[in-house]
Amino acid sequence: MRKALFYILLSLIAITFIYPFIWMTSASLRPEREISELSPISRNFSFRSYITVFNRIPIGRAFLNSLFVTCSITISVLFLSSMIGYALSRLHFRGRELIFMVILFTMMIPFQITMIPLYVLMVKLRWIDSYQALIVPYMINAFGILLFRQYFKAFPQSIIDAARMDGCSDFGILYKIIWPNSIPALVTVGILIFMQTWNEVLWPLIVIRKTSIMTMPQMVALYAVGGQAESQIGPQLASAMMLALPIVIVYTIFQRHFIASMAHTGIKG
Amino acid sequence: MKRLNGYDVDRVGYLMVLPYIVFFLLFNAYPIIFSFILVFHKWNIISPMKFLGLENFRFLLQDPLFWKSIRNTLVFLVIHIPLQLIVALVIANILNQKIAARGFFRASFFLPVVISGVVITILWQQFYSYETGLFNTILMKIGLDKIPWLISTKLAMPSIAVMATWKNVGLYIVLFLAGLQSIPSSLYEAADVDGATGVQKFFHITIPMLNPTIIMVLIISTLGGFSLFIEPYVMTGGGPINSTLSCVLYIYKQAFYFNHMGYAATLGFAVAFIIMIVVIIQRKLFETEVYE
Repeated sequence: MRKALFYILLSLIAITFIYPFIWMTSASLRPEREISELSPISRNFSFRSYITVFNRIPIGRAFLNSLFVTCSITISVLFLSSMIGYALSRLHFRGRELIFMVILFTMMIPFQITMIPLYVLMVKLRWIDSYQALIVPYMINAFGILLFRQYFKAFPQSIIDAARMDGCSDFGILYKIIWPNSIPALVTVGILIFMQTWNEVLWPLIVIRKTSIMTMPQMVALYAVGGQAESQIGPQLASAMMLALPIVIVYTIFQRHFIASMAHTGIKG
Repeated sequence: MKRLNGYDVDRVGYLMVLPYIVFFLLFNAYPIIFSFILVFHKWNIISPMKFLGLENFRFLLQDPLFWKSIRNTLVFLVIHIPLQLIVALVIANILNQKIAARGFFRASFFLPVVISGVVITILWQQFYSYETGLFNTILMKIGLDKIPWLISTKLAMPSIAVMATWKNVGLYIVLFLAGLQSIPSSLYEAADVDGATGVQKFFHITIPMLNPTIIMVLIISTLGGFSLFIEPYVMTGGGPINSTLSCVLYIYKQAFYFNHMGYAATLGFAVAFIIMIVVIIQRKLFETEVYE
């Protein structure tokens, strides 16, 4: 009895989390006059709203931009942050602890403080309206370094010593021996960075004004605010659908990893 | 080779941390120092900086829009945090029972967490829409009056807070679930021996044992509230009558609509200072000794 009640309650809550997305999918396929209807079923499904979006804004280009920026950052963070994490956990050199403290300190600085001077820096570097502005300030991630540092600490020293004996360089040890044995850490950092970067919208809004360099969240947000949608709801929802789809696909495949990664770190998207 | 604390110095270590040092100097150290210089200046990026002394701070203290944005954030937090804690705690407790399909439920609550705030905001804008919105359509169907969700200055920020709760609560459910699973069952067994009721166990064991998670959730939500940007940017543009003007949206407007770089930097420092105070107060109020 008690169990049954739980299931009913949970299902109701689950519906409030899933139904909006079903409704959105359906509404983006319905003609404008049917959109405010509650039921997701219609006889008049068509891709008209999507075609409108493609005709109004270069969303395909924005998708490629987002893909390029997100993949560059994710790959860079995996390589660089793991390299720094390795140096901080397994190598001995002067200033190692100092660098560790500095990393902890930088993580506490709120973005509200650095946002304006970072923009000024982009202006000075003449990086406004460029991919560099979107990618370079995110190429190393402090949180990633800490996670790798922690993870690599547990790696058996004997294997590292053996590899050194065979003449393997530290880069070789890291990327050829430790990496294949650190898949969970790589997946965790990879997923978090991929998701954060794909969804990032404030920074692109600050440094990109040229339509051809815009990322997808930025373009969709501007489309919704900027009047290009002419208050047509269908195309707005269609553009939102296209923005959500890649993450939803990745999420359905790696669902367990997503939840574990974020629960592990308490970091929001 | 040189030696350090009995170890050989790994020279390659310097090479490996070099990218971080460059990165830190360029994207952390420089902005912080430059920001500190900016707060004493008036600057529109194009013409040379003009020294103002403490003028920016004096202006800030009397700037009604700054205080409005802080007030709006507090309104957001006052609704968002309790709602979030209650909903997440209740759902996490249900999920902690032995139930089938737990993974499915968890995954569905978590779905909005991974989706872009832009998508969530566009979607909820349709739900909240006065004329054609889903919520008002439902209200009309059951014979109630329409509610001006985003049009009313009183309701706009609370509406955004509810939406933000819906988006983020999945993360907190998962955090609480992990917290619940780490509570030793011996505590509940001991309580059972003493004849404690379910409610007593919840308030005397579960809640105190979850205190670290609760603090963490409080801090993450607080930082989230002070970072609120895209939701008002897309939904309301900060309106009606600045009732959803968030701190970051105000900084953004000062910097990029009016080119007040010095003042925007001052606002950034002020917001960071207020975040610090709020977090300290929260810790003082809610942090308890866990092991009694």
